[in-house]
Amino acid sequence: MELLFVVLIGVLYGTGIYLMLRRSMVKLLVGLLLLGNGANLLIFLLGDLVKGNPPVISPDSSVFTAVYADPIPQSLILTAIVISFGLQSFAIILLKKVYLATGSDNLDDLNTHDLDI
Amino acid sequence: MLLAILSGFLIAICLLFLGKQLKGNLPLAVSILPITLFVYFCTFLPGIGEGQTFFQHIPWIPSMGIHLDFKLDGLSLLFSLLITGIGSLVFLYSSSYLKGHIYIGRFYGYLCVFMASMLGVVLSDNLLVLFVFWELTAISSFFLIGFNNDNEASRKSSLLAWAITGGGGFFLMAGFILIGNVSGTYSLQEMLSSSELLKSHFLYAIMLFLIFAGAFTKSAQFPFHFWLPGAMKAPTPVSAYLHSATMVKAGIYLIARFTPILGNHPYWNNTLLIVGGITMVYGAFHSIFRIDLKGILAYSTISALGILVFLLGIGTHDALLAASVFILVHAFYKAGLFLIAGVIDHETGTRDVSQLAGLRKVMAPLAIAGGLAALSSAGIPLTLSFVSKDLIYEATLNSGNSALLFTLIAILTNIFLSYSGYLAGIKPFVGSLPAKFSEVHLPSGFMWLPPLFLGLGGLLFGLFPSLLDSSLIQPVIHAMGANDTVVSLKLWHGFNTVLMLSALTIVCGIILYLILKPSLKRLNAIGKLDSFSPQTIFMSLAKGTKFIALRYTKFMHNGFLRSYLTKIIFFLVCLIGYYLIRNVDIQLYTDKHTAISMYEAIVFSIMIVAIFTIVFSPSRFVAIISLSVMGYCMCLFFVYYGAPDLAMTQFTIDTLTTVLFVLVLLKLPPYLRIKDKAAQVRDGFLAGAFGILISVIALQVLNEPTNKNISRFYADNAYLLGKGKNVVNVILVDFRGYDTLVEITVLTIAAIGVYSMLKIQSSEIE
Repeated sequence: MELLFVVLIGVLYGTGIYLMLRRSMVKLLVGLLLLGNGANLLIFLLGDLVKGNPPVISPDSSVFTAVYADPIPQSLILTAIVISFGLQSFAIILLKKVYLATGSDNLDDLNTHDLDI
Repeated sequence: MLLAILSGFLIAICLLFLGKQLKGNLPLAVSILPITLFVYFCTFLPGIGEGQTFFQHIPWIPSMGIHLDFKLDGLSLLFSLLITGIGSLVFLYSSSYLKGHIYIGRFYGYLCVFMASMLGVVLSDNLLVLFVFWELTAISSFFLIGFNNDNEASRKSSLLAWAITGGGGFFLMAGFILIGNVSGTYSLQEMLSSSELLKSHFLYAIMLFLIFAGAFTKSAQFPFHFWLPGAMKAPTPVSAYLHSATMVKAGIYLIARFTPILGNHPYWNNTLLIVGGITMVYGAFHSIFRIDLKGILAYSTISALGILVFLLGIGTHDALLAASVFILVHAFYKAGLFLIAGVIDHETGTRDVSQLAGLRKVMAPLAIAGGLAALSSAGIPLTLSFVSKDLIYEATLNSGNSALLFTLIAILTNIFLSYSGYLAGIKPFVGSLPAKFSEVHLPSGFMWLPPLFLGLGGLLFGLFPSLLDSSLIQPVIHAMGANDTVVSLKLWHGFNTVLMLSALTIVCGIILYLILKPSLKRLNAIGKLDSFSPQTIFMSLAKGTKFIALRYTKFMHNGFLRSYLTKIIFFLVCLIGYYLIRNVDIQLYTDKHTAISMYEAIVFSIMIVAIFTIVFSPSRFVAIISLSVMGYCMCLFFVYYGAPDLAMTQFTIDTLTTVLFVLVLLKLPPYLRIKDKAAQVRDGFLAGAFGILISVIALQVLNEPTNKNISRFYADNAYLLGKGKNVVNVILVDFRGYDTLVEITVLTIAAIGVYSMLKIQSSEIE
């Protein structure tokens, strides 16, 4: 299964970067989301995959008795997901406002050059 | 000594605040400073004459061996006296020269800073401290050359001077650090003992190159001489002070200071001989073609600096002696000539020698000063310059194998120099007075007394050279390493070859003056050579650099996000890829991997399809829906591999994002679709390479065993310390509670941002 994850991570990173290289602002944002998901998956993978055993202590015990999934990558990813939501909602509204101001989805329309000034 | 140096900086700062109050009295009030310092340094004369050396040690950055060490020996004293002495005259002179100028306070501020830094250069014993002061002189020179900042030529010249001397400064710093590293100390005094070590070091040639690059740029040696004529755009007292008497001699000082440390080696002597020799002939030759008074003086100064370098290059005791006397002599007559040129310019409004004539009738005292300076420059008997010229010829005659050649070029240079001296000091005053100058009158005493004073000084020391020999000149050459020499200066050496050569020089100079009249035609003739001059080459280099910089900026910093990203990713892929291929043995162990079940493979396929739909879909709506499909697939993976919390969060967030996207973005303009096959292929290739790189890295990391110490701590203590059974939750709200608090804050800020953006009416954006 690790192999599939590795492929998935590569695809997420690659497509994320590809979309960020487009000129559309929406694609830039979507690319960023893909990249973020790729990073989450990478962290998850590197904490070793453990199937079907969440890091929850059984009700009748105070310590783990069986193998358990690594809790640290999980808490990291949880934080990352929540923060990325803050970013997404902010960026989406920003995009909307930029569109209202410029009437375009093209990043290049936002550019000013030193040479133009 | 520290106070003597710092006082200039302190006064310059005070001028900022007090300048307004002092107004008209400011120049004279400030002039007290150099006069006081001059007197202060004079009190050291007896001690120095007896062979003493004065030290002051103040720790500054002990860990790096940088101390505010100051040393006053003969060489430092000679320069200190010049700096403060000529400084006093220039300060007084400027009070009248710039009377009523609106920026006079600023002018004196710069002058004070310059004087203080120049004193710092000649008194510092620590190389790095010396370097700091060295750069400060360049900075104050930059401001003084560009003092008339409403004049474009002024600004250009100051930039050029800054570029050349500042560039030299870089080399100098590198040289100092190299020397400091090899000898293990930054103190010049301590370095004296490691002279042999430095000279036999395999980097000796590099050291010389770096030090000389600094010294030659500062002292306007060929081929870096061209900033000096440009620097004449500065007010004339500045030219007299910085660009003739003191700052340009900092390079000479440096070479003299390093003579006992690095000198007396074929590389050292030959470089100095060649560069100094070329400079002295080149400068002298050019000076006879100029018709602008300050132009003449600038080129003759270049030539004089060349003579000094040349003499230091000969390096015999005779030559060192000749150099030390010539430093003094040159300061006397050249500063005088500059100040006279300033008066003439100030009163008649022109500096064109082909027009100036007969001014003795209206400015008699100045004519005397001019005559004295010209005689001094020509080395007529009874002036100190005569003594110095004798010493120069003596030095070249006794220089060994190439004595004949050296003497010949010295004679040639001196003939040209005496011609330009006559031109600047005598020509404006003789002949009949043109009608347009009949209204000209003598300015205030502050302007004509200083040059007269300098002229008389030259005469006085010429008549009684013994005033100088043991008290000042002998300690100077002792500081340059000639420890056992006893100096005795005499006006009359008897009839010998040297006297013959002196006479020859004087006669040839006079003949040249009589037959060669300054004219614009000859100036234009020599102007034709400009396209081969070092200045033209330097300027085209500067232009080329600018051009490359512009292209580089346009390429690397063009304001397009994707272009930055492309370059970053490209270099990342190249560097890490190269490292992986070269240094990492890429291996794949599948034995520890978990098995792939059917439903996982299906979810995987759905996810891949969704991702590629996102990328290639022509519809934004489809792309957004695919994005949520991909998110839900991630949820499923989290569920399979024991992360229910993640799955829940991902599910919620993904749903919310999709709703937000659809609500907000549906009204956007059509999805931007730019058909650029080449760019797509290029980006696709780059992105693919990056994805593969990440995958390979992930695979390699998987081969390493994971460190579980921290996880085990949390798992063991979640219930015992945190009283919770869901370890992930306990970590987030208990062990790492503050992190979560900050995270909530971030979300709040984002929410406030979203809210306020929604509040802005679109009309306000326009």
